[in-house]
Amino acid sequence: MPISVTNQDYGRIHLVADSRRQPLLASSVMGMLLFVLIEAMLFAGMISAYSIIRSGAMIWPPPDQPRLPIEETAINTAALMLSGLLLFVAHRRFRRDRARARTPLLLSMLLGAVFVVFQGVEWVALIREGFTLTSSSQGSFFYLIVGMHALHAVAALGVLAYVALRLQRGWLASSQLAAAEVFWYFVVGMWPIIYLVVYL
Amino acid sequence: MAETLTAASSHGEHAHGEMSFWSKYVFSTDHKVVGLQYMFTGIFMGLIGGFMAYAFRMQLAFPGVEVPGYGLVSPVDYNALVTNHGTIMIFWVAMPVLVAAFGNYLIPLMVGADDMVFPRLNRLSYQVFLLSAIVLICSFFVEGGGFGGAWTAYPPLSAQSQYNLTPLGSSLWLVAVGLEFVAFLIGGINFITTAMNSRAPGMKAYDIPMIVWMIVVASIMFMASVGPLLAGAVMLFMDQNIGTAFFDPDRGGDPILWQHLFWFFGHPEVYVVLLPATGLVADIITVFSRKKLFAYRTVLYTVFATGVLSFTVWAHHQFVAGIDPRMAHVFTVTTLLISIPIAEMMFVYIATLYGGSITLTTPMLWALAFIAEFLIGGVTGVFLGASGADIYFHDTYFVLAHFHYTFFPIAIIGFYAGISFWFPKMFGKMMNETLGKIHFWGTVIPFNLIFIPLFVLGASGQHRRIYDFSHFPNLSAPWQQDLRILATSALLVMLAFQSVFLVNFVWSLWKGRKAGKNPWKSNTLEWTAESPPPHGNWSELPTVYRGPYEYGVPGRDSDYWPQNEPN
Ligand code: HEM
Ligand SMILES: [Cu+2]
Repeated sequence: MPISVTNQDYGRIHLVADSRRQPLLASSVMGMLLFVLIEAMLFAGMISAYSIIRSGAMIWPPPDQPRLPIEETAINTAALMLSGLLLFVAHRRFRRDRARARTPLLLSMLLGAVFVVFQGVEWVALIREGFTLTSSSQGSFFYLIVGMHALHAVAALGVLAYVALRLQRGWLASSQLAAAEVFWYFVVGMWPIIYLVVYL
Repeated sequence: MAETLTAASSHGEHAHGEMSFWSKYVFSTDHKVVGLQYMFTGIFMGLIGGFMAYAFRMQLAFPGVEVPGYGLVSPVDYNALVTNHGTIMIFWVAMPVLVAAFGNYLIPLMVGADDMVFPRLNRLSYQVFLLSAIVLICSFFVEGGGFGGAWTAYPPLSAQSQYNLTPLGSSLWLVAVGLEFVAFLIGGINFITTAMNSRAPGMKAYDIPMIVWMIVVASIMFMASVGPLLAGAVMLFMDQNIGTAFFDPDRGGDPILWQHLFWFFGHPEVYVVLLPATGLVADIITVFSRKKLFAYRTVLYTVFATGVLSFTVWAHHQFVAGIDPRMAHVFTVTTLLISIPIAEMMFVYIATLYGGSITLTTPMLWALAFIAEFLIGGVTGVFLGASGADIYFHDTYFVLAHFHYTFFPIAIIGFYAGISFWFPKMFGKMMNETLGKIHFWGTVIPFNLIFIPLFVLGASGQHRRIYDFSHFPNLSAPWQQDLRILATSALLVMLAFQSVFLVNFVWSLWKGRKAGKNPWKSNTLEWTAESPPPHGNWSELPTVYRGPYEYGVPGRDSDYWPQNEPN
């Protein structure tokens, strides 16, 4: 990686040490991977807690709770997967011709935003039907886990927006794109697991 | 190409010249300043934690007495004092001092870098940490007082304010702990990335000083274990404030679930603070016995094994919480297994000392005391790991004395070892040896006099977290009360001797002998920088040619061989 990229990465000049080596993994990517490790354990904690409560319950789902919108969410899941795929396309294009990465990147963000908005609409409908944080332990876990995922999705969309801005200005380093990708793939990859465990 | 680049030349592009007090000491991104900020905050919190121990120990030795400097300790106060003493000592003393202060100060210097990889994240880490400390301190003063449901915060006590009587205090406590975790996660990302990506040319994996390795492994363990507890903390917070019932069995929740989430983190956490202490002890004993570390690679593999194993032992804290006895067997086995690598590490250190030319400087005394005292903690832990014996010992002062024999060597002895060793580097002056030794004996002897009586009391059935033992006829025999008074008196002596350290610290800063670059004739890279190192650490960054422990190499004129010397 050329020095100028390293320096740009952190907006700092005095990171000379970094440029004296050729790290296997750029620091920004490694930092993001570590962050993702933490968050993966966070979700692991919530999902195993959910499984324990669910397997210990006499009847599941708890009585008088509305049915979760499985079919609609399946479509939404597909949208999110597609978004991940588009980001990968952006990555491929970025390597050859930076300008052509723009469209798939923006489309990927758009689909990500659609996912989040659709999720919000779903929540409103569920709350209308009496399915809330406190209506049952299913409700508590549903909003906890899905909400935590939504929070990550929004944060990752913010990171992608920052990346898009830098791409626009021509300042985007490939390590920055890679770090943002790690974050988004985590959000995308986490979702099918949540869908399987929480919805089905 | 980059080898010719020097820190100085690149610094030129920044106007580092005159920085105001604020940008130099308060909002600095320099890893050394951040490290010292963590250290001083940790010392300050340690004084609070020690003061709390003083207040509740006085109550135990002299029930109902007006404690000088505190006043009457009410039952509710007692609970809050014990809870916050434990929380502070672990999360606001052991963690910031051992992991963050030494990690920040030493990692870039020891791997030959000019700063952390993410300096601004580093500053953010400290700021979040400071905020967490402020939130915790505020929680003592809100209505109802500070949280009193023990540092383990088991629900339903912690979840429902009709039980804990501290509606606001318990939520603030939770927020403070959560913020503290965030601070260390940010810091940990920096430690690992810096140690992996910013090492000096030539520094291979086995040339990294032990303390750097240990802090890296500790950070990885912290990151891998804290997620479930963070999830638990969010759930507990919601139970407290939004009316969910994650941990309420009446409404479909499960209180034992919290215990799993807590101890899945809680046990690895013990190793998170232990490893940095063992790392700095390794660095100190090699310097003062002028010998190579015995079996460097074995120590490293041992640490990795410990790291992995430590994720499989957590339920030994729950032997009497109603878990399946067959599960208890499994956790007994894993717990006894994990004592093997730790014991091995201690033997490796003893083997390192064997046949060395030992100088008993103050840091060396602390390092040796660490080994001796920690061994007692480790050996008594074996009793508790056996689920059968633990049914009797659980929640007695035997457990309490056991974990203080591990935590005190880690947090207090480890800190004194580290600070007396690196003080010359941090501040450019030598500490006074005579005062240092007075402080050493004045700390270590009373420490044993506090906790040996507590072992005895624990074995006689004395329970933890009890406000006044005179309410229990079979725990208030005169000899038992005498032992309590002995422990408290020893604590008073020990606390008094800490002033010797403070005096030594301030006096040495002001009047201490100039240290020079390398007063201990040590090999590692930090000793090749100025004392104290300037911003950027070196004018020309070092290159590494060998491992960190080449002391007393036959056929060389000097008995040490710095890592950066070509030959
Ligand atoms: C300064 C000397 C110290 C003394 C005299 C002391 C004494 C005590 C005593 C008597 C208790 C139990 C009170 C009770 O159960 O009613 C206690 C609890 C505890 N201490 Fe210490 N301690 C000291 C230092 C430390 C250090 C350095 C650490 C950790 C780094 C630590 C961690 C804890 C923890 C985790 C608890 C459990 C709190 C709880 O039950 O929730 N202590 N200490
Ligand atoms: Cu444990």
